[in-house]
Amino acid sequence: MEHNIYIYILVMALVTYGIRMLPLTLIRKQIRHKTIRSFLFYVPYVTLAVMTFPAILTATDSVWSAALGLLAAIFLAYRGKSLFQIACGACAVVWISEVIIFM
Amino acid sequence: MEQKGKWFVRGIKDGVPIGLGYLAVSFTLGIASRKAGLTSIQAALMSLTNLTSAGEFAALSLITSQAAYAEMAFTQLIINLRYCLMSCALSQKIDPRAGIGHRFLVAFGVTDEIFGVSVASSGRLSPFYSYGMMSAAIPGWTIGTYVGVVSGEILPDRVLSAMSVALYAMFIAVIIPPCKENRIIAGIIVTAMAASTAMAYLPWVREISSGMRIIILTILIAGAAAILFPIKEGEEEENDGA
Repeated sequence: MEHNIYIYILVMALVTYGIRMLPLTLIRKQIRHKTIRSFLFYVPYVTLAVMTFPAILTATDSVWSAALGLLAAIFLAYRGKSLFQIACGACAVVWISEVIIFM
Repeated sequence: MEQKGKWFVRGIKDGVPIGLGYLAVSFTLGIASRKAGLTSIQAALMSLTNLTSAGEFAALSLITSQAAYAEMAFTQLIINLRYCLMSCALSQKIDPRAGIGHRFLVAFGVTDEIFGVSVASSGRLSPFYSYGMMSAAIPGWTIGTYVGVVSGEILPDRVLSAMSVALYAMFIAVIIPPCKENRIIAGIIVTAMAASTAMAYLPWVREISSGMRIIILTILIAGAAAILFPIKEGEEEENDGA
């Protein structure tokens, strides 16, 4: 039997939404347990750090442009620039460096 | 009411770079969808209802191989399980006055990027901030996929490559500022990046998918940090502003 693409999409959407929705709707009280609170406090930093590195190095067409983009983002973030400025700054650095690299 | 509007507008403002980054990534997704035999409408529908890059890319190979529906469900569960951790964290960050209806809606937009920006917002998370980000990010993701299917060559390679770094730059924007005041967070980030690099390249462990790697390292490192450096009362609020 040929599988239906729309059913595939429906299955995916239901599973993915369930994963996102259940914790948010089931955990409605403030958690008092100190270790769990600490764990949840640290979760975003670990998750975002793991997602960023080393994946960023293969995101662009050259590992060097990606590294420069990363350094630019760190520099701008450290200087307290806004999210938008950091994102645009990193893109600009990647673009300029690739124009030079692939010249 | 004024507060809600203010948060919504702020959400749109912070959502624009997310949407632009999504445009680049979903464009590639659209090109891959076309190869997998999806029509532009099917691909756009998949993106609109799923909002998950790794999950959708994996789905394309399953669709191509005509895998069982149960296999599709299981693969999505494993790849997207990290959203579960994110939603747990958001359950503590969301404004306690927000009703369950808001929680159902906010849940739909828990992506890596919207989550990252949400946790960096000051104080409690207003659902309207999430809605603002979603209304900028979701069209970017959906339209990018659609355009990728229809025309794979509309954007030059250089522009696409430059835009691909935007999402990572946003993660950096979230995690770097708190490092200045909090040495523990700085140490955790360096440890996490080093461990992530090791897991990506070392033999055996490099076979583990990136979604699974995120879950394993998050549980291990955030767990160890929670035991070694339990937060003091009120510390969450102090760092929220960063």
